[in-house]
Amino acid sequence: MENSLKITGAPSLEELHRSPAYPPEDRLKKGPIAIIECIEEIPCNPCEASCPSGAITIGDSITNLPRMDFEKCIACGMCIPACPGLAIYIKDYNYSDTKALLSFPYEYYPLPKVNDIVQAVDRNGNILCTAKVLKVRNLKSNDHTAVITIEYPKEFFEEAVNMKRL
Amino acid sequence: MIQTELAIVGAGPAGLSAAIEAGRAGAEVLLIDENARPGGQLFKQIHKFFGSRAHKAGTRGVNIGRSLLEECDKLGIHTCLKGEVCGIEEGQNLWVVIDRKRSEIVKARKIILATGATENATAFPGWDLPGVMGAGAAQTMINVNRVLPGRKVLMLGSGNVGVIVAYQLMQAGAQVVAVLEAAPRLGGYGVHTAKVSRAGVPFHVSHTIKQAFGYDHVEAVEIVELDSSFNQIPGTEKILDVDTVCLATGLTPLTELAWLAGCEFKFIPALGGHLPIHDDRMHTTRDNIFIAGDISGIEEASTAMEEGRLAGINAACELGYISDEEAKLRTKEIWDSLNSLRSGYFGLKRRNSKDLMLQTGKEVI
Repeated sequence: MENSLKITGAPSLEELHRSPAYPPEDRLKKGPIAIIECIEEIPCNPCEASCPSGAITIGDSITNLPRMDFEKCIACGMCIPACPGLAIYIKDYNYSDTKALLSFPYEYYPLPKVNDIVQAVDRNGNILCTAKVLKVRNLKSNDHTAVITIEYPKEFFEEAVNMKRL
Repeated sequence: MIQTELAIVGAGPAGLSAAIEAGRAGAEVLLIDENARPGGQLFKQIHKFFGSRAHKAGTRGVNIGRSLLEECDKLGIHTCLKGEVCGIEEGQNLWVVIDRKRSEIVKARKIILATGATENATAFPGWDLPGVMGAGAAQTMINVNRVLPGRKVLMLGSGNVGVIVAYQLMQAGAQVVAVLEAAPRLGGYGVHTAKVSRAGVPFHVSHTIKQAFGYDHVEAVEIVELDSSFNQIPGTEKILDVDTVCLATGLTPLTELAWLAGCEFKFIPALGGHLPIHDDRMHTTRDNIFIAGDISGIEEASTAMEEGRLAGINAACELGYISDEEAKLRTKEIWDSLNSLRSGYFGLKRRNSKDLMLQTGKEVI
């Protein structure tokens, strides 16, 4: 079966690599960066205004795909709860020698707690590995979209996008 | 007999937005809704809306509903809840049955019909078993009444309603066993399907329900693959262990009052079927009757709110509260906003269908 957004429900890595917001490999592995998995032209632009560094551009037509200036992104994470599609997360390949870092949006109860061991999942919900929860941020301004930060083995760097629901 | 300048039927996003615009202009507004609470479907939309800031993007539907109600309160909009409008007589008289007990005639100079839509059902053997329900019904149960309709849910239909409700069922604690789509490609926004997919829910394109089994409720469902002509392929059946089936197979505009009022109709399948012909002011072919929201074509809350504003402004203009020039100017601004919501791959069909409707409206009205 064809592995693509309109068949399996999740974007494939090939589809993501073609999108203007997905960082090229050298940037992806250089340091923390926001990754926007938004590859369809839908009428939506809150990510643009949420970015304090002006790294995300949609432009006048709100159905434009988001474009990312990879040098301007400081991985602050403001865009994560701002995206109504929950399609943005932050990754850091160089968190440690063996571990990468992932901060993602999460809207299920119960929320995990700091130091919990959870299961990292890929875009199709397959369990990849265990991960440790480092931060749980659920500010009032997030409006109930919690942002969870986990550390997980580097070998699953690109595949991991979220955690299995508790 | 109740007299009012403007009667609005339906207090969903379109009706509330119409009431706010007309009320702000100074018109006397009566908002009638058959439900015990106003808001239409807004209060069960617990997800953050798309669009731009002007369309309240990033705000959850339930909070948009709250702010519309607050605005109506501030403006002193009169509301008649539990009021079923059962007829429109000559001369804009509405026959309203209140609380299923007494009836009342509302005499209005202008009427806006913002009656919304109803869910389409899909028939299959066993579809009458308890546990088979509209996706919107399940959404009302979990998000408004806080009742989980079942533990193991099968969703039929991958449009935005299907995938949003699938996600919200998981938020409410249910397991979604699968999402089926009869077409060879998924229908809803990719960001919605991706959210559901990474929660481990399988999507099956070119699949439908063959039958549901159970003694006094759904206990299992047989699914089957479809060929490119949507015929079932024998031998591809599979049994899924589910206790709830949600049908997200489209919506049909609730147009009965417009038919009764004698409005002319046009058939536009891409917008949900037979629709009252209207112009860019949302005015129908009948004097003094406007429409807004899903009755004018199935879309979403963001477009319904903009159409409600159009109807409210133009009804207030006909009542003399807004000048023609101002109404024209604001009408154009709102159409620009609507066109931006209807741009891109997902909006194109609706944009073209709406253009066709406006063209027809221009010729007939």
